[in-house]
Amino acid sequence: MLTKRIIPCLDVKDGKVVKGINFVGLKEVGDPVKLAQKYYEQGADELVFLDITATHEGRDTMIRVVRNVASSIYMPFTVGGGLKTIEDIKNVLRAGADKVSLNSAAVKDPKLIEQGARIFGNQCIVLAVDGKKRKDGTGWNVVIHGGRIDTGIDLLDWIQTAVSLGAGEILLTSMDTDGVKKGYDLEMLKAVRSVTHVPVIASGGCGSLEHFYEVFESDLADAALAASLFHYDELTIQDVKNDLKEKGIPVRL
Amino acid sequence: MIGVIDYGMGNLFSVCNGIKNLGFEVLVSNDPEQLSQCEKLVLPGVGAFGDMMENLHRQKLYDFIKKWVLVDQKPLLGICLGMQSFFETSEEKGFHKGFGFLKGQIVWMKDQNVRVPHIGWNDLKMNGQHPIFDCLSSHPYVYYVHSYYASHMDPEDMVGYCRYGTMTIPGLVMHKNVMGCQFHPEKSGEDGLKILRYYLEEFV
Repeated sequence: MLTKRIIPCLDVKDGKVVKGINFVGLKEVGDPVKLAQKYYEQGADELVFLDITATHEGRDTMIRVVRNVASSIYMPFTVGGGLKTIEDIKNVLRAGADKVSLNSAAVKDPKLIEQGARIFGNQCIVLAVDGKKRKDGTGWNVVIHGGRIDTGIDLLDWIQTAVSLGAGEILLTSMDTDGVKKGYDLEMLKAVRSVTHVPVIASGGCGSLEHFYEVFESDLADAALAASLFHYDELTIQDVKNDLKEKGIPVRL
Repeated sequence: MIGVIDYGMGNLFSVCNGIKNLGFEVLVSNDPEQLSQCEKLVLPGVGAFGDMMENLHRQKLYDFIKKWVLVDQKPLLGICLGMQSFFETSEEKGFHKGFGFLKGQIVWMKDQNVRVPHIGWNDLKMNGQHPIFDCLSSHPYVYYVHSYYASHMDPEDMVGYCRYGTMTIPGLVMHKNVMGCQFHPEKSGEDGLKILRYYLEEFV
């Protein structure tokens, strides 16, 4: 049976893992390779690295990080953040990443999804999308640049478009729940789930064991992503998986 | 020396890293001359089936691989799309011919009740007895990522499998001197490495 995945997310800035709250106020939490090894040993199912560096030097640093991570763990990982061209995608995959996640760049240039999927396969292209509830409550909009810009594009429309272009997986972050640790945005997940057949990774808002269970129990996601919870050792991957297994959710132990 | 066939597609870094860390030397090449000096070969692959076969033909690797397996009878490991290429045909984006080392067709996952691609850790269950399972943990999980799978294969060739929805997905296949993994052994933790080690040390 296919198991539900637990995915630690590591935001990387200038070669160091950092964590912000509501996308502001960054705090350094450690070395990406050491953290990757720690999560590999704890039994994480995948890792996601988001490069939040803005400079060219930072990009080169990121490629080195990817290569070092790929040399030290035998598990799949996704790299995202700032990938704008096919060349950027190729560099990251060549350095040892298995998948890339595309966010703002895909909104600006949807062809990137199509070309990327054609060259590297759909399974390589993860659509990372940040959604925020519209004030009138009629649905969600896609926001980009770390939540700073509301594109006015409907979240569900965009996801359907991206999947038809070749995105093989959705990494869905809710700006309404991110960083507040009150649980994943179940309403948003449910809506997204109903419009796509590709796997969905839930992100934003996880603060306890119960939140993982909640999202899997009703099959609202195939994988659950969390960051600070794991970085600060509030929970280990093992804690989460043991708890899920006890409650009857299929996990890899 | 283990040769990794580089036809311009695929993440070669991880598979090379895995082989090296198991204590073997690796040659990455698209040159049949160089590859023919190796003891064993690995054919990785991501992307689309048709593109892969076209690349292999264009780089004169198709005939070389066929001779390696059928005439020289030397060992070949296919990973993911590499494994799929061992079958007779594929319906991925059209209709394409594979190597035909194994009987069977590569088909789309038609089960409406599961998510496609099949991404994540699923079982590697035994289909009958095979010594490779003596090296693995009691309940091995391996990492799959694919939308097409081998159907109508000879059950004798299927060593390990997983269930996905109503489908039986061949995970590990062997036929004479070819071995194929639908999953990624280089991304499947300790059990994955043991499967890679089995190929490098024990296979044929």
